[in-house]
Amino acid sequence: MRLADLVAGDGWKRLLYPPLGIALALVLWHWVCVQFGISTTVLPKPGLVLDAAIARRALLAAESWVTLKETVYGFVLALALGVPIAVAITASKTLNLMFAPLLIALQSVPKVALAPILLVWLGTGIESKLAIAWLVAFFPIVVDTAAGLQSTPRELLELARSLRASRWQVFSKVQFPAALPYIVTGSKVAVTLAVIGAVIGEFVGSSEGLGYLLLTATSQIDSPLAFAALFALAGLGILVYLAVVGAERLLAPLLPPAADRRD
Amino acid sequence: MSFGVLEGVRKEFLRPGRTVPMVAIDEASFAFEKGELVALLGPSGCGKTTLLRIIAGLIQKTSGSVRIRGEEVDEPHPDFGFVFQTPNLMPWRNVLDNVLFPMEILRRRDAAAKARALELLEMTGLIEFELARPHQLSGGMQQRVALCRALIHEPALLLMDEPFGALDELTRMEMNDLLLDIRARTHATVVFVTHSISEAIYLSDQVLVFSRRPARIAEHIRVELPYPRSAPTRYVPQFTALERRASRALGVLHEAADAAR
Repeated sequence: MRLADLVAGDGWKRLLYPPLGIALALVLWHWVCVQFGISTTVLPKPGLVLDAAIARRALLAAESWVTLKETVYGFVLALALGVPIAVAITASKTLNLMFAPLLIALQSVPKVALAPILLVWLGTGIESKLAIAWLVAFFPIVVDTAAGLQSTPRELLELARSLRASRWQVFSKVQFPAALPYIVTGSKVAVTLAVIGAVIGEFVGSSEGLGYLLLTATSQIDSPLAFAALFALAGLGILVYLAVVGAERLLAPLLPPAADRRD
Repeated sequence: MSFGVLEGVRKEFLRPGRTVPMVAIDEASFAFEKGELVALLGPSGCGKTTLLRIIAGLIQKTSGSVRIRGEEVDEPHPDFGFVFQTPNLMPWRNVLDNVLFPMEILRRRDAAAKARALELLEMTGLIEFELARPHQLSGGMQQRVALCRALIHEPALLLMDEPFGALDELTRMEMNDLLLDIRARTHATVVFVTHSISEAIYLSDQVLVFSRRPARIAEHIRVELPYPRSAPTRYVPQFTALERRASRALGVLHEAADAAR
């Protein structure tokens, strides 16, 4: 199921109905706050959140920028390291036997539990956040890329072999293009995880970023600001996901039609 | 000397946990001339595909010899073309780029290669589809693209592994005629695997009927029906007689039952 499929319908309905749904949710939220007399500390009314977002927009923008950087760097690093590592463990039986079990073992470690240790190693700057974002994004990319490389039909490999194709030719003309849809799928998972990684890093120890802002706002019982930070975070998550979808669109000439893909 | 000669080809597979190896092919010997069409006919899983892969040099034989143009085959040769049971086209390439794939690997993708690709696509009725992607084509059309891809580098020997086995009956008959047409134009030498008795006889100069595992040549049928063959060929008495002979060799038609008819 693709996200776009959830937004069914066509034409004006597509444009009108989603904002209508959001508006309805906001009205409901406001009504619940008023009807049950919920205090602003527990659940601020949507209007108050909007006020806070407007009043503190410079702060929100600055902290979003920090989290965005951590996320994107972590994700790009995961892609840059994950793909070659997947290539190495699928190309070499020895490397596979040596490192595949290690990778699986590492994958089963809850990455969040490593956050305090990474903080000790790398300090409270951007490096530790980047490392956690990288760590959580890395595995889906390695696993999906490896699966994609191994999904190449045996007959195509034999065809290439019968023509005495070099290893590079087999990789660049057969295996890598066959793996590309899998890499895209892995990237979609990885980029959403990278946001989570960055925020966890900020929770554990940081002096900037949306995660840090959330912590300080709640500790100061400034719930409207905390909720504004939450919305900024959601927006950021959607933004990076859409960036990957955009990249997918650019790669479309190289990808099989969506209907044939596991997405 | 013949174009292709197989002598006493034997293939054993080691089975995990067993000391006695499984014999897939036992003492296969036959010869074929340049330009001939040879069918390896047998029940599914009898080892005829294994034999084709040995001729292709994709797997090693246990003993015996396979010589093509006097040279022993023990590794894949770029001068062979392949068609598999499924088209195995690359979904990320259009039809033309799929056909040109072997030329790319051989570093001969030039204007002449493109001209030949278009000629093959013309021959197979795909000329308007050269820019289409594989998923936009039917199964039969995809297999025709695979056929063009196998012929693009003008191989001396075309090897086909149940090439039309996944197609419906009507498409399959069309493809049979197409193959005969292409063979007549390119003078290609073809060895193909099939489990269809009528397809084997309709297409071939000679049919080698294989028994169940281990695959042994149970019957060697020379098909003397003249080319060009067409639909009426399927109904001449000689055709039916050859079908009966192949059926008996395969054990699907017993002498007694046939006589009692």
